[in-house]
Amino acid sequence: MALVGRGVLAGLGVTLTTFFETYPWGRAVLRLMGRQHTNGVVTIEYPDVKQQHAERFRYFPFLVYDKEPDNLRCVACKICEVECPPQCIHIVGPAKDEQGRPLKPKGRPYPVEFDIDVSICMSCRICVDVCPFDAIEMDNNYELSDTDRFGHLVYNKEQLLRPNEYFQQIKPTEASVVDQRLAAKHAKAAAVPPAAGAPPPAPPGPAA
Amino acid sequence: MTTAAVSELLEVNLGPQHPSTHGVFRMQATLDGETIVALKPVVGYLHRNHEQIGEHATYIASFPFTDRLDYFCAMSNNLGLAIAIEKLAGIPVSERGDYLRVIMAELTRLVNHVAVTGFVLNDMGAFGTPLLYAFRERERILDLFEACSGSRMMCNYIRPGGVREDVPEGWLNRARGVVTNFPRFLDEFELLLTDNEIIQQRTRHVGVLPKELAVSASVTGPLLRASGVNYDIRKVDGYSIYPKFPFKVPLGAVGDVYDRYYVRILEMRQSVKILEQALKEIPGGPAISPKGLALVKAPRTFRPPKGDAYGRVEAPKGELGFYLVSDGSPIPYRYHVRAPSFINLTVLEDMCRGQKVADAIIILGSIDIVMGEVDR
Repeated sequence: MALVGRGVLAGLGVTLTTFFETYPWGRAVLRLMGRQHTNGVVTIEYPDVKQQHAERFRYFPFLVYDKEPDNLRCVACKICEVECPPQCIHIVGPAKDEQGRPLKPKGRPYPVEFDIDVSICMSCRICVDVCPFDAIEMDNNYELSDTDRFGHLVYNKEQLLRPNEYFQQIKPTEASVVDQRLAAKHAKAAAVPPAAGAPPPAPPGPAA
Repeated sequence: MTTAAVSELLEVNLGPQHPSTHGVFRMQATLDGETIVALKPVVGYLHRNHEQIGEHATYIASFPFTDRLDYFCAMSNNLGLAIAIEKLAGIPVSERGDYLRVIMAELTRLVNHVAVTGFVLNDMGAFGTPLLYAFRERERILDLFEACSGSRMMCNYIRPGGVREDVPEGWLNRARGVVTNFPRFLDEFELLLTDNEIIQQRTRHVGVLPKELAVSASVTGPLLRASGVNYDIRKVDGYSIYPKFPFKVPLGAVGDVYDRYYVRILEMRQSVKILEQALKEIPGGPAISPKGLALVKAPRTFRPPKGDAYGRVEAPKGELGFYLVSDGSPIPYRYHVRAPSFINLTVLEDMCRGQKVADAIIILGSIDIVMGEVDR
């Protein structure tokens, strides 16, 4: 080594360049010197500025309904409850009448209760993958902190409900795929005449 | 007249809550002055019953838990379990899925190596600067992960048969941009660190791990290669489509902390090569094979035949293996993880004996452990 301390000085040169990159005047100086540079500051000041998340960003599930809150897609089949890895979903239902037959006000059963525990959910998206009815989707709202850890961290059905328009707004690509799939499904169901005793066909799907 | 200096051994606990111990980990060191005479690693503070949970959940439901093993390398962990399940049930992988998996695994290697290099420097006393430079680059790759899987760190993306869903439009071009710019960052990082005299003084001939000991302790990963043993599972097993990519396995000569640092830098350069080729050659088609897709949609209908399988990958930290025993039900009978961090940690005492206390900290850092994986 010719000069002890050369490595340290070279390293300091790197930090100095980064310092220059942080300011507009510094970038101008670097350009004058004919050096390549990046745009410097990569951090944001969080509560004031929020990061733009990717469309697929997932945080917490919500239940989708079409047009009116009564018309939710969930039929209380409990597949997500069983498959949820940390077991944070709790479903009671489907709603039944006195004879024990499932109530179908909108042509399909619906859950009496649908709770998800925010403090247990680990945002894995398996509930969305396994749902055969596209009834549950992932929200991208990550600001779910609360001051009451016993009362407010279990979200019930009313808190989980979101219209399909909201889904289309936050995840346009995914929502359009789901809408097309559902429209095709309903078209198929409408084409086949119901057999005797079979339930009436499901109501028409959302406007795809 | 002579006065013999009376010296007593002193026991010092480093950790479990200590900024230099990389998580809740305790080093019970016996000191003679500043020199370490004996050192006992104490683990188990972060035990979460991962294997037991795996034996009570379906094969697919274990994927989000593997993200939390080594939380720097979620994609590699997913890949390991996916390969074990594929071996167990003979699930074919789609071609595009294979390429995407290699891309994800190599991006993960960049993320891990860049982070661990920053952390070692942090342990050495270079607070902030190298670590934040490293994290700046890491963040670009994590943004790619978020765009394709929906989460920066807990990706839960790779599945038996391919990946859960295809990457969104424009993702490959974005990834190409990140990969093309990465060598420039590596050059900058090396200019900052590699020839730095202080780093050389602190790391050369510190924590030497002899070849023979490394092999007999079944150490794997960059730690083993820094000791000069040419063993890389990507080459040895040739799993997935790695045989298609010509890449070199960088080796160290001495096996000290400096070699471990430098082997990681060189590995990152090789990973960039693999990534460039994979991003160029990636074919179209489905991202997951039909059998794999059926598994994603209905995990409980998946009943692998009776038998066992061991799937292993070259995770950034070493050989990550998943051992599965199936009794024909949708839930594995036995689920075991061979965690590289844990096994690499066993040589800590041999490397630290005779060194100073301050060196023990950087030796620990250079092993590259994540407590989530050590304790499971």
